[in-house]
Parts: sequence; C-alpha cells; structure tokens
Amino acid sequence: MAAFDFIPNLGNRILAMVPRLGTASRFLVLGLAAIFSRHFSFRQLLRQVYGLGVLSLALMIVAAFFTGMVLGFQGYYALVRFGATSALGTLVALSLLRELGPVLTALLFAGRAGSALTAEIGSMKATEQLSAMDMMAVNPLAWVVAPRLWAGIIAVPILCVIFDLVGVWGGYLIAVPVLGVDGGTFWAQMQSNVTFTGDIMNGLFKALCFGLLVTWIAAWQGYAAQPTAEGVGSATTRSVVTASLAVLGLDFILTALLFK
Amino acid sequence: MERRAVDWWVGLFVLLGIGALVVLATRVGNLSGFAFSNGYTLSADFNNVGGLKVRSPVKLGGVTVGEVTRIRVDPKTFMALVTMRIDPQLRLPVDTGASIYTEGLLGEQFIALQPGGMPQDLKPGGTITMTQSAVNLDQLIGQMIFSKASGGK
Repeated sequence: MAAFDFIPNLGNRILAMVPRLGTASRFLVLGLAAIFSRHFSFRQLLRQVYGLGVLSLALMIVAAFFTGMVLGFQGYYALVRFGATSALGTLVALSLLRELGPVLTALLFAGRAGSALTAEIGSMKATEQLSAMDMMAVNPLAWVVAPRLWAGIIAVPILCVIFDLVGVWGGYLIAVPVLGVDGGTFWAQMQSNVTFTGDIMNGLFKALCFGLLVTWIAAWQGYAAQPTAEGVGSATTRSVVTASLAVLGLDFILTALLFK
Repeated sequence: MERRAVDWWVGLFVLLGIGALVVLATRVGNLSGFAFSNGYTLSADFNNVGGLKVRSPVKLGGVTVGEVTRIRVDPKTFMALVTMRIDPQLRLPVDTGASIYTEGLLGEQFIALQPGGMPQDLKPGGTITMTQSAVNLDQLIGQMIFSKASGGK
C-alpha cells in the first residue's frame, strides 16, 4: 500500500522539508560563527584543509588533465570544419574557467571529501562522541563543524584554480603537439579573450560558493544522521546526491547572475 | 599525521593555489598587458577605426610591438584618435604609416605600422600622420556593385 500512501503524504513530506531547511540554515550560521568561539582550534582547521584539500589534489589533477585533453580534441573537431582552430585556446580556457573548473571540482569534492566528512561526523554521532563533547561543555559546532566548513571554503577555490590551470595545460598538450594548432595563436587568442575579473575571478567565486554548499550539506547530513550504522550509510549517500544536485542547481543561478 | 607535516602540506597547498592563480592571470588571462607598460605612446588619427578595441595589438611586419591604449573622437576634427603604447626599444622614423587591418577574414583588427625612411625618429607622444582606415566590408561591396552597375552602361 506504500504506493497509495505516497500521494496523500506528499503534502506532509513537503511541509516537513521547511522546518528541516530552517534547522539546516541555523546549523550553517552557527557553524560558521563558531570560528569566534574559544573552542575553535586553528590546528583542527589546518588538519581539515589537509584532509579535505591536500588529499583531494591528486584526484583533481588527474581529472583536470583528462578534461582539458578531451576539450582539446572535441573543440578541435568542431572548429576545424570552419577553419577556426585558432579559437581553440579560447574555447578550452573559457569552458574550464567559467563552468567545468568550478563545477567538476565541486562534484569531485562532494564525492571524495564530502562523503568522508558525512561519514566521519555521522559515526561521531553514532558513537556518542558529540554528546560526550556537550557533556564536557565543549561546543561540538566549534570543535568539529566549524573547522570543516571553513576548510571547505578555503580548499575548494584553491583546488579549482589548480584544476583550471592543469586543464588548460592538458588542452594545450593535445592542441599544439598532437593536433598541430599553432602554439602562439593558442595562447594569444586565449589571452585576448579571457579577462581576469570577468572570467577567472567569477569562476573562483563560484568555486567558493560551491565549497560552502558542499561542506554545509555534508556536515549537516552527518550531524542529522540517524545514530546507527545504517543511518550513517544512508546519510553518506544522501550527502553526495544532494550536494551534487545542489551544485548543478546553484551553478545555473550563479551563471545567470554573473555572466550576463 | 605529524603536526609539522600537516603544516607543511597545507602551506604548500596554499602556495600552489596562489602560484596557479598568478599563472592563470598572466598566461591565460590578459593581465599580462604590462608587457609594454614602460613603452612610449604614439597617437594616430583615423577616419574609421572599424572594430579596433583598446588592447588590440600594434604590429610591425606581423610582430606585435605594442597595443592600443585609448580610442576617442577628436572633438575638433571629428576623427578617431587612437593612442598606442610601443615597445621602448623600437624607434620609428617620422614618416611611419599606420593602417588598420583584419587578421584573416573574420579575425580581430589590429594596427599595422609601415616604417618609412626618414632619418629622424618619432618622439614619444608624437603623432603618426599617414594613416589608412579600417576596410569596411559593407562599403567595399557597395562600391563594387555601384561600379559594376555604372560600368555596364
């Protein structure tokens, strides 16, 4: 009978989402503000930047390299018909800087670091470590959540810059030595069409928003997980799915706002 | 993971990010415009600059030797006054000419310099007097049709 219950329960489900969103927003604001708490530890922040950022670096570099190479190939085959291969550098750089860099970084980050973050906070909750901190008058928001949120905000833009750079380099390696596009034209066309504030900085702003969004969703899913093994598992799945969809949705909004 | 090792890795990570941003800004973006920042300025009057923009290249024999820094209309002569910055190592004769050409059929427009043969050099801030405006494709087609029509009679 579950299928018949679904439709009458639809309204309830949607209504239940509103207070959940409210709690999650409150969690975000308190978590970010906890940086000023005396339980906030800079050492924890560094550890998280290491765990979320540095350890994701290898994945990002490999992914960026292949993305750039594929862009080089596909762009070349599209442009060579019009004899416009001189625009290949611009094509590769703009696609990476504006869209693919921030979005792919955020999606990979959600899979690589977000899932681990949810599982970590979820198991802390399941093993009652968070309650233990409360008992010892240590604010778990300041000790556990704030360093992770801020680490996400710091790490994702840095990962995105590296992604952009490696991607452009991958595109160059395919375009110039393999496909025989003129190297000078490749860089010159890129330079004359890419602007620092309009393209590079807007892309990084996107990455910053995605970093906040992904770590927020991941931390919240862990914090709100059912304190059981199964609950942590499903929270981890939900964290990756929600974060990925949220990144794609927010990307559309940011693109519409930033690149008029 | 040891404390010091974490510090090192995070520091390297941040440095790598800053380094990547600098390379992106100078190599991919056009923040590398300081290439001619110590160059001297020249100006030239054109009847029509076409699609010329600020930062468009100035070339001599196909080599970029400067860039356009400013385009405005001279209120007295109603000509387009183009200011450009030229590589300081390059001394141009006073009878140098400037024309606006297009790279390929659909490419960007640029200023091409044709050096003359006079012994005196153009002083910084000087004006190039011999100029040739951008080729207006519409006008050219119009002229061709017109001359065909009148030639047919």
